[in-house]
Amino acid sequence: MTIQFHDETFRDDYTFHNSPEGIRRFPFPFDQDSYMYSVNLEPHAGGKAGSPFEKRFDVDEHYVAEMRDRAITLAEDPLRCQSLPHMELAGWDFLELVMVSKSEDYPELFMLNRDGDRWHWINRPLGIEQRFTFLDATTLPCGPMEYITRQTQGDHALLDQRDGNLWMDAGMVTSQADWSLDFDIGMNFFEWHAPVPKAHELGVFQRALKFLLNLQQGAPSRRLNWTMTVNPRLDTSPENYHKWGPEKRTVAPGNVGAKQYLRVELQTLWRLPRSNAIAFPIRCYLCSLEDLVTVPKWGRRLHRVLRDLPDELAEYKGFAVNRPVILDYLAPFDDGAPTSPGIFPD
Amino acid sequence: MTSRLLRVSAIETLSPLVTRFRFEDPEGALLPLFSGGAHVVVEMPDAGVLRRNAYSLISDPMDGSGYEIAVRREDGGRGGSRFMHTKVALGDLMRISAPVNLFSLDLRAKKHVMIAGGIGITPFLAQLKQLARLQMPFELHYAARSRAEAAGLALLPASPQVHVHVSEEGNRMDLGAILGSQPLGTHVYTCGPEGLIEAVAETGARLGWPKTVLHSEVFMAPPPGAPFDVTLAKTGKVVTVGPHQSLLEALEQAEVEVEWMCRGGACGRCETGVHACHGTIEHHDHWLSDDERASQTKIMPCVSRFTGETLVLDL
Repeated sequence: MTIQFHDETFRDDYTFHNSPEGIRRFPFPFDQDSYMYSVNLEPHAGGKAGSPFEKRFDVDEHYVAEMRDRAITLAEDPLRCQSLPHMELAGWDFLELVMVSKSEDYPELFMLNRDGDRWHWINRPLGIEQRFTFLDATTLPCGPMEYITRQTQGDHALLDQRDGNLWMDAGMVTSQADWSLDFDIGMNFFEWHAPVPKAHELGVFQRALKFLLNLQQGAPSRRLNWTMTVNPRLDTSPENYHKWGPEKRTVAPGNVGAKQYLRVELQTLWRLPRSNAIAFPIRCYLCSLEDLVTVPKWGRRLHRVLRDLPDELAEYKGFAVNRPVILDYLAPFDDGAPTSPGIFPD
Repeated sequence: MTSRLLRVSAIETLSPLVTRFRFEDPEGALLPLFSGGAHVVVEMPDAGVLRRNAYSLISDPMDGSGYEIAVRREDGGRGGSRFMHTKVALGDLMRISAPVNLFSLDLRAKKHVMIAGGIGITPFLAQLKQLARLQMPFELHYAARSRAEAAGLALLPASPQVHVHVSEEGNRMDLGAILGSQPLGTHVYTCGPEGLIEAVAETGARLGWPKTVLHSEVFMAPPPGAPFDVTLAKTGKVVTVGPHQSLLEALEQAEVEVEWMCRGGACGRCETGVHACHGTIEHHDHWLSDDERASQTKIMPCVSRFTGETLVLDL
């Protein structure tokens, strides 16, 4: 399989687009016709061939363009990447995990040769070749976490584990659904989740934390999360709300199918060996409504989920203002027929 | 619980009661690295009973060529350590879990002070190697009754930061002196008998140390006790727990599925709901809160026992 990397943008003229295969492999997040928070964790141990769940770190047609977009965001705001001093070891752990996984899973794109601590890394899509000494940060152009996350799609948080809690002590965050690393850095699991409505009352975070504290090496987990974004913009950050917030008001019946995107996060969780920290990649996938409804099951189900979603959740996910227009657009694709279980197209 | 079959590649007597075991992959594959303070669970098929004991890893966390543990023979225990000492031979294949760390270093510390009592030296042996690699300041204090019993002596590096206190030789550990002269930002780790952990906590409190920088390994072996019965709410089945068996082991023997990880009352994974309790749960864990213990609505089957008339579990 050869991936055709798109030359596309996630800002200004928004030339981002999914190929027909890209639409079919989109990680549609709803396995039934309704949605509520749950601890929907499952082992991240492969998945359907060609799906984003198959490989440890999915590389798709947007890889090169996403990394270009990350570099633009970082140049404008270096605080999107931060690592507290005690997290450097976790950064090395994560660099190793990504380099080993990608070179094994995509040998035609990535290559890693290791001679003890002397490593040689080749990233063909981005045209990078680097020789460095593992655990010696002076041999890389930047810290190990920044180095590898400039080459890995998705946002990445490194969570330190201590005092029976997890602490967001390092991260690379440029494609986020309206949260800020600069604000959350140093917070614990309950603090950074404080803004989420309803889930606290459901006890979701207590259960999730307990699960994560026991996360084992070699047994990563994953879950899907979702929200709605107007225009295919990766950087929907609080820092730049003035740039993308007003775009919500540009949605109208004539353009909603093209402008309104379902934004899905494939979140994976990995116990790191030397640091005992947890790596938390949050990979963002975007799909427009008009592309989604080309899969009849998804058109039917998305209409039902968004129609029946409690108001607080629509508000929190930031699309309450456009919900009527979205529902009017989706309603003709919902003929009331039953849908099959699971997330994949029929 | 992920695990792998490893071959016993070295057995060495460290003291009359303590033996070191080394495990390697039979094909020579590298094992996952770990962090200092991690433990593994060793499976021991002992005459029809499957025992699983947790042991701290003492080998270099950055060396994947093998895992090493040091096992103290506990003749009054449930039989796991006796099995290791008397039944395990070079070349045997044993099932070893992936490393789990419930006693990791706080890497924010400006200095690490480690206090070990007896066999409690084991997690620090790996942490010392990690600290040396990370080039972080540390100090280790190791207390033992006699030189002959101090199994850790053979495994400790000769270094000015390593202090050995042998009480038989009149060189008792002075916690006040140790904790009284540390720089700000120091973290303290204690592993050993409960009394030592309490003494460090009390000394720390007296000297004004914040609780959050005093860490201890609360890991423990399931204590033996009087036999008791439990009833399973879903099936009505009655399971008898023998005097040298934990409730978790008895449930496993009866083929009742319970999730577990540390088997020492620390990780919380095997927490089980109590449907009805007429009697007293002997909580030995370090997981449940005081309120949860008093309510008798939850039990940690890996270490806790029961005395009384009936205990019905949500299983």
